[in-house]
Parts: sequence; structure tokens; C-alpha cells
Amino acid sequence: MTAILQTQKLRVEFRTRELRQPVKVALQGLDLEVNAGEVFGFLGPNGAGKTTTMNVLLGFVPPTGGSASLFGIDVRQPIARQRIGYLPEMTYYYKFLTAEELLRFYAKIFSLSRAETDQRIPELLKLVELEHAAKRPIKSYSKGMQQRVGLAQALINNPDLLILDEPTSGLDPLGRMKVREIIQRLKNEGKTVFFSSHELGEVETVCDRVAIIHQGELKAVGRVHEITGRHASLEKAFLEIIGYPPQTAP
Amino acid sequence: MKNIFAVAGIVIKELYRRKDFYVLFILTVLVCLIMGSVNIFNDKQIVRYLKELCLLLIWISSLVIAITTTARQIPAEREQRTLLPLLAKPLTRTQLIFGKFLGCWLACGLVLLCFYIFFGALAASRDHAWPLLNYFQAAFLHWIVLGVVVAMTLLGSLVFAAPSSNSTICFVIVATILCVGRYLDAVALAQAEPFRSILFAVYFAIPHLEIPFEMRNLIVHDWPLIEWKFIGLDTLYLLAYAAAFLVAACLVFRRKAVN
Repeated sequence: MTAILQTQKLRVEFRTRELRQPVKVALQGLDLEVNAGEVFGFLGPNGAGKTTTMNVLLGFVPPTGGSASLFGIDVRQPIARQRIGYLPEMTYYYKFLTAEELLRFYAKIFSLSRAETDQRIPELLKLVELEHAAKRPIKSYSKGMQQRVGLAQALINNPDLLILDEPTSGLDPLGRMKVREIIQRLKNEGKTVFFSSHELGEVETVCDRVAIIHQGELKAVGRVHEITGRHASLEKAFLEIIGYPPQTAP
Repeated sequence: MKNIFAVAGIVIKELYRRKDFYVLFILTVLVCLIMGSVNIFNDKQIVRYLKELCLLLIWISSLVIAITTTARQIPAEREQRTLLPLLAKPLTRTQLIFGKFLGCWLACGLVLLCFYIFFGALAASRDHAWPLLNYFQAAFLHWIVLGVVVAMTLLGSLVFAAPSSNSTICFVIVATILCVGRYLDAVALAQAEPFRSILFAVYFAIPHLEIPFEMRNLIVHDWPLIEWKFIGLDTLYLLAYAAAFLVAACLVFRRKAVN
């Protein structure tokens, strides 16, 4: 197995304005490996460090220590992002553009040829079921449609690795099902998907492996059934791993 | 370069799909047409006042468009989180800054073109003359000034958190330079040390945008053309300031965490 996403002893610290805690540690020595072709779920409670990890992987936040690489290239180099697609959480795309114009714009940034772009855009709009709204301005889209246009932009370059930050957050059950179906399809096409989610049921359904992070530390990593172990569900295992309910002294 | 043009294209699209420009253009046209229809004291020289007023409105409108359009670029990308998918692509932060600058500057150029065509038509209807080269010199230097303003506002949008505070600060700076910039050296001479040195330092440090601003007289009073070498020198002088602001913006943005 080839690791296409790798972090080694990744550490991120933020300076805060609080006198009591001038430095906040967001990640402490995170070691993570995601192999080619797998769907990897990245779990953790709010504020655990999931988005920070993604921000480092995408070069938005410089690591304080350790290293992170995509396809063996340091994440600080823009070329590392040539073969990835990224869907951030809750993004409101340019309201004055149509879905088609938005995809054309992102295609230009990936230097796709006109012929490639003309072929790829209808394919993607069909995949995310937005063909009927392709020429409508994005400001008229529902939340679910915006999320799907986000997924389409993440796939414009036919990426080998897809990084999704809570792709189903704020979506209705139908929207969630559609996103899940798309992830499943990408998995069947042999794409690598790295995504964070709070929907543990959905993670159980689509993921090959999961990692659980809490307070910036990696608590568990492995196949879903290994993590679930003796517990009835992934949710129960997750709660125990992050130490909930907190143990009280006798 | 492809990436820079792609980003610039989005900025231009945004400008013509929003209402700001149309509102300002219609307001300017209405004010000028109303003023143009008035013939006070049967004075034939009234056309000069009309031209002066129209050019002043064009300057104010173009500055409003340049500053407000530029000030919201990066903050809007941050607020709506479109900055994240954009920077997750093989687009460097420097390319993004240059793309935004180019887009805003070209958009201002299109705005100026519309304004000056209207101005030319209005002036020709009263003056029955088309001093095209004079118009070109005035409009060209006006556009270069907007380049400096756009670069400065772009830098401000990375330094100040809110677009409104950035816009206000940029307006105050530009208006101050236009109104009192050229008198600063004379004021400095009348001061005691250390204020004299401070004022002189400010005088030499600020971009003197008032020189192109005074080019209005070229059109209003039908002055002869300025020698092209001086136009060239002023262009280089102003572009040096725009470049300095852009480099500073790139340096500030490179160190900023995007999350």
C-alpha cells in the first residue's frame, strides 16, 4: 500500500490573546497515513483538530513542528495540490456566477484545456444532479445544491485524493444520501477520499478505515470493525475513546 | 499568468453583475444632464463649469468604485469561505493578489471608459469640439491613479479586519492627498523642527495623486497637450507606488493563516 497522505509528528500551535493561555496547542504530534484507494474517515468532537489538520494539509496553516505531505510532496508547495480536490465545510460560492461558470473558472486554475473543460463540466453536473440548474446563478441555489456544486468543483481536475470537511453538515437526509452515494461512486472508481464527519452511521457505511482525534491527539486508528470492537456501534466506541461520560472519582 | 487572468476575470464579472456601477453612472449622468440643461445668465463660458463639475463627479464616482470594489475582495472571499477552495488549488497567494489587483484595475478602466465617453458626448454637445488626445491624457493618468488606489486598498484589506474601516481609511488618505498633498512642502517650511522634517518626510513619501487630478484643467480650460515624456514619467512614478503596495500586500498575505 502506498501512503498518499502522510503526517509525521505534526504539531500546530496558535497564539491567543488570553493572558492565562497565550499559546493554544491544536495538534500535538499527529501521525497519520492514508493509503491510495481507501475511504478514510477522520472523526473527533468539535475543536478536536480535524479542520486544523486539513488546513495544514492544504497549506492554509503552517505547521509549528513535524511534517505533512501529499503524494510525497511537502504540503507547503503549491504543486502538492495539483492532484487533490477539496470541499470545505459550509462555503457560499460566488453568488453572481452560475454553476457552469464557477466550474469553468476552477478548470482554468487547473490549466485544463477548453476541450477537457467542455467534456468535464456536463459530466460533473450530471454526477451531482445539477444539470437543470447549470445556467442559474448560485445565489438561487438551496443549501444542498450549494454543497453539491462544491463537490463538483472539488472534482473538476479528476483528483486522485479528495479531502472533504464535513461534507454532509447541514444537509437534509436526501442530501446526505446523495453525497454518500457520490463518495461510494468515487471509491468504486479507485479514488482516495479523506473526510471528516460527525455522522458516525455514515462513516460506518462508507469508510475503509477511521481515525479518532481528541484534543489534538490521535486516539485510535484502524478498520471500522477494529475500532468498534466489543461495542455495539461505532458511536459507542467513539464515546468511550474520547472519554465520555467522564469518569468521576469514587 | 493564466491563473492571474482567471482571477481577474471573476472580479470583472462581479463588477458588471452588481448594481454599484450602474447606480453611480446613472447618478452622474442625471446630475450632469440637469446641470447641462441650465443656462445661467446666457453665459457661453458656462460649459467650463459644466465640464469641471462633470469631471469632479467622474473622479469621485471612480474612486468610490475602485475603493469599494477592491476593499471587499479578500474579506468577502474569507467571509464566504471561497478563499479555501481557491487556495486549495495550484494557485499561489501572490497570483491571487495580482489577479485581484488586475481585475479591479481593469474593471476601473472599463468604468472610466464609460464615464469619459459620456463626458466627451456631453462636452461635444456644448463645445462642438473633440480634443481626443487631451481626453486620452487625462483619462489615462486617471486610470493609473486608480491603479495606485486599488493596490493601496488591497493592502489595506489584508491589514484591516473590516472592509468598511479599510474603505474609510483609504478614502480619507486619497482625499487628503488630492486636496492638500501639493501644499505639504509649503506648510512644512513654516513649521519648526521636528515637525518640519516630519512633514517633509510625509511629502516625499506619499504618492502625489494630485498631479493627474489637476489634468482636469487640460480639458476644462482647453490647455495644450502635456508633453508625452512627462506623461510617461508620471506613469512610471505612480506605477512604482502601485508596485510597492502590491509587494507589501503579497508579503502580508504570505504570512497570514487562512482558516
